[in-house]
Amino acid sequence: MKSVMIVGVGGQGTLLASRVLGRVMLDAGYDVKVSEVHGMSQRGGSVVTYVRWGDKVESPVINEGEADVLLAFEQLEAARFLPYLKKDGVVVTNTQQIDPMPVITGAAVYPEKLIEKLEEKGVRLTALDALSLAKEAGSQKAVNVVLIGAMASSLDIPEALWIEAIEKTVPPKFLEMNKRAFELGFHA
Amino acid sequence: MKELLQGNEAVARGLYEAGVTVVSSYPGTPSTEITEAAAMYDEIYCEWAPNEKVAAEVAAGAAIGGARSFCGMKHVGLNVAADPVFTMSYIGVNGGMVIGVADDPGMHSSQNEQDSRNYAIAAKLLMLEPSDSAECRDMTKLAFELSEQFDTPVMLRLSTRIAHSRSIVDTVDRVDVPLRPYVKNAAKNVMLPAFARPKHEMVEARTVKEREWAEICALNFVEDNGSATGVIVAGSVYKYAKEALGDTVNYLKLGVVNPLPVEKIRNFANGLDKVYVIEELDDILETHCRKIGVEVIGKDLFPRCGEFSQKLIAEKMGVARDESVSIEESIPVRPPVMCCGCPHRGLFYALKREGVYVSGDIGCYTLGASAPLGAMDACICMGASISALHGYNKARGAEAEKKAVAVIGDSTFMHSGVTSLIDIAYNRSNSTVIILDNSITGMTGHQQNPTTGLTIKGDPTSAVDLEALCRAIGIQDVQVVDPYDLKATRAALKAALTAECPSVIISRRPCALLKTVKHKPALTVDTDKCIGCKACMGIGCPAISMKDGKAVIDATQCVGCGVCTDLCPKKAIG
Repeated sequence: MKSVMIVGVGGQGTLLASRVLGRVMLDAGYDVKVSEVHGMSQRGGSVVTYVRWGDKVESPVINEGEADVLLAFEQLEAARFLPYLKKDGVVVTNTQQIDPMPVITGAAVYPEKLIEKLEEKGVRLTALDALSLAKEAGSQKAVNVVLIGAMASSLDIPEALWIEAIEKTVPPKFLEMNKRAFELGFHA
Repeated sequence: MKELLQGNEAVARGLYEAGVTVVSSYPGTPSTEITEAAAMYDEIYCEWAPNEKVAAEVAAGAAIGGARSFCGMKHVGLNVAADPVFTMSYIGVNGGMVIGVADDPGMHSSQNEQDSRNYAIAAKLLMLEPSDSAECRDMTKLAFELSEQFDTPVMLRLSTRIAHSRSIVDTVDRVDVPLRPYVKNAAKNVMLPAFARPKHEMVEARTVKEREWAEICALNFVEDNGSATGVIVAGSVYKYAKEALGDTVNYLKLGVVNPLPVEKIRNFANGLDKVYVIEELDDILETHCRKIGVEVIGKDLFPRCGEFSQKLIAEKMGVARDESVSIEESIPVRPPVMCCGCPHRGLFYALKREGVYVSGDIGCYTLGASAPLGAMDACICMGASISALHGYNKARGAEAEKKAVAVIGDSTFMHSGVTSLIDIAYNRSNSTVIILDNSITGMTGHQQNPTTGLTIKGDPTSAVDLEALCRAIGIQDVQVVDPYDLKATRAALKAALTAECPSVIISRRPCALLKTVKHKPALTVDTDKCIGCKACMGIGCPAISMKDGKAVIDATQCVGCGVCTDLCPKKAIG
C-alpha cells in the first residue's frame, strides 16, 4: 500500500490534487481511499488530504510515520506535517511562503531556512517554485497542477494516465494550460 | 460502474438507486454533499429547507404521502429536527423514510461533539452505520426496505471520515419505486393522546422485532481469526482497527447500532480471554455489553473525546509503530481566517473599534472571534445570537443595550433567527441586530437559501425581502450598509446603538468567493509613503504582512476590496 499526504493552505487547491491522484490510481486498477477536508478549516487554515492505494486499503487516514510521499503546497506546511512521513519517504514541496495569521499579527515568527532544515533531516526532497512555473504555464491558479506534476515524477505510474485524469477533472477551456502546468512540474 | 465516491455522494447514489423521489435538507458540514449530489439526479425532487426541522417534516409528509423520502443533516441539526423525528417514530411510514445524520468526532467544523446514537436510542429508531462508501450506498438502500418492513423512519449515521472519504462503489441502475396509495388513517397518522398511547406500545413491540432481526442480519458479522482477543467495532473505527490490528484479533463488526443484538454479542464473547469495545465518543456499545452481562474493556482504555485513528488504537492496544522524524523548530499554527475580500471583515473591524459586546452565531463570521479582530463574546448554536443578546440585555439593563449587538448570517437568520427577532420586537427589547447578508450559505460551501432567489438546482424563485420581513415583524429601524464602506458602517452602528427602539442593520455584500463576484486588481503599497504604523494590519487580512518595517500586500491573494486603503493614514495603499 502507498500513502500520499497532500498538505497546504485552504484555497490552494489541495482537494483537486487529491481527486486527480485518486482518479489515476482507480484507473490503474488499485483499491483507493481519499480523505478530504471541508467546512471551516478550508477557510485559509492548514488543510490536509490523504490518498492511499494498494490491493486493499482499510483506513482512509494517514498517521505519523505512514506517508510514502508528503506533497506540500507551502513550505511551512511541509515542516508541520513532516512527522507523518515514513523514514525513507519523499517530500515534494512548493517553496512558496504564505504567512499564517499569528505571523501576520506578530504573535509568531515564520521559521527561516525551512528547506535547508528539511534537507538536514535526510529526507528525499524536491523543492520547486510552483508559483513561478504556474505563471509560466499561463495562470497562477495552476499551482496545484504543477505540484501534481512534480509528485507524479516520484511515482511509478505512466504519464498518460495522469494526463487522462487531468482531462477528466479540469474544465475543457483550461485543459491546455493545465497540461503545460503538469509538464513543467513533472520535469522540474 | 466502479466510481470513487465520497461517502456523502455514495449515500446520494443509494437514494437514487433506491427510487427515492423527495429529499429535503439543511446544509451542515459534514453532511452537505449528500443533498448536493442528490440534486444532480433529475429523478429526485431536492430542496434546501430553511432548517432541519422543516426538512424532516417535508420528508415525513412525503413518506405519509407514499413516497420514499430522505432528509440529511449534521449532528447538531438533529437537535433542531428532533421534535418531528421523535413523533414520526410513533407514526411510522407509508413510503420509506430515512434520516441521514453526520457526526463530527474531532469537531473539524462543529461547536460540539455529540453522539447521535443517543438519539436513535431515545427516539427508538433503527440506526445503521456504514464504514466506507460502498456500505454508505448499500445501507442507504437497505434502510428504505427496513423502513417499510418495520413501519418506521430509519436513521443512517455517518461520521466526518465516512462522509468526506472517497472509496470505490460499484454503481447499479435505479429501480423506480411507485408511489404507494395514500389511505386516510387518523389512528396511524394523527398523534392525539388517544391514538399515541397504542402507538407507543407498537413502538416497543417493533423494537423487539428489530432486535431479533439485528441478531441474524448480515450487517452484524464476525471475522474469526482464531484469536483469544475480540474487538467490537462499528463505522470508521472498524477500518482503523483492521489497519492497526490486522488478523491478530477476532472482530464483531456492527452495521446496526440500534437496536443492538444480545445473543450475537454473547456468542462472540464466549470463549474469548478479552473483549474490547472500541468506539468513538460515547460508551453506547460498551454500556449495552455490560447490561447483557458481557465483560468488556472500553472507555477505561479509549478516550471519550476526539477522533480515533489506527495510531490511537495501536498505541492503546500495545502494538509497536515505526518512528517518525520532525523538525526541532516551533511551527506557527495556521488557524482558519476570513478570506481576502470577505465582506464580514469590515463589519467586524467596526465592531472591534466600537468595543461592543458581540453575541455571535454559526457561520464563517464566527471567525470574527479570532485575532486580530477578536470581536465576539459568545456563540452557542444556530440562531442563538439574537435571543441570547435579548437575554443579555434583559439581564444587564439599558446601559448594556447601548453597547451590545448580535451578528447573524442571512442563511442562519432564515434557519432560526427570525423567531428570535420576533421575540425582540414583541417583548420591546431595545436590541441591535446585524444581519450579515452575503447572499449565500458560506461556510458549508455556497448553498442557496430563501434569501438568494435561487433553488438548489439554480432555478429562479422568490427571495425573502429581509428589510420588509424585519418591518413586518415590528422592527421599524432598519438600515442597510455596505461593509466595505467602513465610515458608513460605523455610522450605522452608532445610530442603531443609540436609538431608543429595536434596530436591525443589514450588512450587505456578496461573499468574495462567489463566481459572480468580479475582483479588482491586487492593491500595492507605496513604500515611500508607508510609515509602518500597522493600521492596515488591524483588519486581519491574510494578504497583508510586514516586511522590513513596511506593509506588503501579497498579489496572489489580494482581491482589491479596498478596506485597508481606507485605514491607511498616509494613503499609501492603492
